Amino acid sequence: MKRLTPYLLVLPGGLWLAVFLVVPMVFMASVSTQEGDLVNGFAQTFNVGVYGDVLSQYGTQFLRSAGYGLAATVLSILLAYPVAYWIAFRGGARKSTYLLLVLLPFFVSFVLRTVSWKFLLADEGILLAPLKSAGLLPGDFHVLQTTAAVIGGLVYNYLPFMILPIYVALERVDPRTVEAAQDLYASRREAFTRIVLPLSLPGVFAGVLMTFVPMTSDYVNAAILGGPENTMIGNIIQTEYLVNNDYPTAAALSFTLMAAMLVGIFAYARALGTENVLEAAAR
Amino acid sequence: MDPRTTPAFLRGMTQSRSVTRRDAFRLAGLSAAGLALSACGVQGKKAAPPKKDAVAEYWASKKKNGTLRFANWPLYIDKDGKKYPSLELFTADTGIQVTYAEAIQEMPAFFGKIQPQLAAGNDIGHDLMVLTNSIQLNRAIQLGYLVPLDHSKLPNFAANAGARFKNPVWDPGNTYTVPWAGGITGIAYNPKYVDEVTSIEDLWNPKYKGKVGMMTDTQEVANFGMFALGIDPDKSTEADWKKAGDKLRQQRDAGLVRKYYENDYVDALVRGDVWITMAWSGDVFQQVAEGKDLRFVVPAEGGTIWTDNLCIPKTAQNPVDALTLMDYVYQPKIAAMLVEYINYIAPVPATKDILTAKAATEKGEDKEFLEQVAASPMIYPSDADMAKLRSYKTLSPAEEKVFEDIFQPVTQG
Repeated sequence: MKRLTPYLLVLPGGLWLAVFLVVPMVFMASVSTQEGDLVNGFAQTFNVGVYGDVLSQYGTQFLRSAGYGLAATVLSILLAYPVAYWIAFRGGARKSTYLLLVLLPFFVSFVLRTVSWKFLLADEGILLAPLKSAGLLPGDFHVLQTTAAVIGGLVYNYLPFMILPIYVALERVDPRTVEAAQDLYASRREAFTRIVLPLSLPGVFAGVLMTFVPMTSDYVNAAILGGPENTMIGNIIQTEYLVNNDYPTAAALSFTLMAAMLVGIFAYARALGTENVLEAAAR
Repeated sequence: MDPRTTPAFLRGMTQSRSVTRRDAFRLAGLSAAGLALSACGVQGKKAAPPKKDAVAEYWASKKKNGTLRFANWPLYIDKDGKKYPSLELFTADTGIQVTYAEAIQEMPAFFGKIQPQLAAGNDIGHDLMVLTNSIQLNRAIQLGYLVPLDHSKLPNFAANAGARFKNPVWDPGNTYTVPWAGGITGIAYNPKYVDEVTSIEDLWNPKYKGKVGMMTDTQEVANFGMFALGIDPDKSTEADWKKAGDKLRQQRDAGLVRKYYENDYVDALVRGDVWITMAWSGDVFQQVAEGKDLRFVVPAEGGTIWTDNLCIPKTAQNPVDALTLMDYVYQPKIAAMLVEYINYIAPVPATKDILTAKAATEKGEDKEFLEQVAASPMIYPSDADMAKLRSYKTLSPAEEKVFEDIFQPVTQG
């Protein structure tokens, strides 16, 4: 019985994943090589050519999504690190209050938060209209339907996923290691770059995983804040599924996206070193 | 605020068919996608064209059950607090209890939800639903998901429906559907920034660079591309679609188009993000009724007319009750109650006189609002406007693929 315990413990989660992840994936893989339409039915023809087709047809949107995901991830790190650092080392007794504040946006629907940007940033809205009438901005300046708006929306919506893991990593840094570094004549800056930063990298790594992947496949921000030149791959997949009912194309797009991201993530993990991955995974 | 104008006010506050429908769609999107996925396992099968006796065969054994489950779009029926006056009259007159659900937010998402159940022959929970004429409705007809209507039980429809609302190209002889309300896709603009618009070419006017709104729906945007080239969508061919696609791409590449909108174009127009945009008549009517200075025109080259249609799914549990309601709403008295609230095109032209007569007995804001409804070319389009209006092209599955490959890269580049 004792030897069976670990397996029994893993059983519920394992079954969950098998039923709700593995089965749909197999299903989707099979759909992606079928041909046909909703009215006449889909038939399995092992049409692997669809993968080449979607890549050539939607290559632009794939690259654009990766670019937006990357830009938004870098911006998130730049914004999140100082916040996490401040909470971890200067937060004092109110740490949990600050963490709650970070999480507060999650109490409002993702979609509503994004839609609120439309009102805030409207061409003649409460932010831009006064600046325009004061002559600080040209009359045709606008934020909505620009690349900046989409990337901004991505950062805004996923920022807490970057702050939290970095905070956890920084929180675990023993202050005595910093004291030791200073005792050994390290300046404050050296103590940061040589002690605190390396110790917090696993948190950054985890943060990147938790933000880059959903940001790249996001479609809400591009749909609400983007313009004609901001369509992301998530929007294409959504249209193929829901509007065109072209399930093979949508499935092939989803698989290609997943494969590309897995390759990217593994390359990234290799570059950063496997210990970091394991350590990050252990959190 | 007077109770009569309250519906329009409330609709305006909630942005009627724009914000609600859109947001719910976004939220429902993922779950619907999941359901759509499960549909893949079910093989589609094209239904044979209805046999001559299909109608008699279907209706022969059906009986009135005294209940009806009605699925409609949000804010698309007269409402007084939590009550629906027209449905209460229906219950009083026929003894049929109605469960009314605002279940439809968006055609693709709703079709994605019901399609697997219809394919499997399971009850979808609705006996009567309102579907826009669209690719999805065509699919539902082709797949045999809808019940052929027994027109011998629809005398009010025969007597009172406007000639323009009978026998549409996508459902000849109203075999499966009768209209609930209709609308026009035309051009809306803000006269503060835009000179008087009569031509569709104004959507290509470089003066309005970055301030033009177009629609993301491929059939909507394709029609406008074709109108601009003088092509009748009904008679269009693949070569015409390519030309229209080029015309639309040229507009997009010149930086004229701010965004390809779903139904959020109304907000963008009101907020000043766009000055001139493709628009639906009812949305603009509601904004104008609330005092916004906006104009709506059917461009000289053409506009699109669409209808939201009552139809009965093949899995309906109470089809006779559904058919009874279909006919009931075609009484001018009931149709007038509906149009007064809905503000889209009423399929019963006689409602205009009823509203005019009612306006004469009212005072103040009530009177003003009713007169506005009765006089509005957005609710009772003129014959000149009607002559310019065309439907969406009815596409076969093979044509649809070609069509989407031409127009989707324009709106989703």
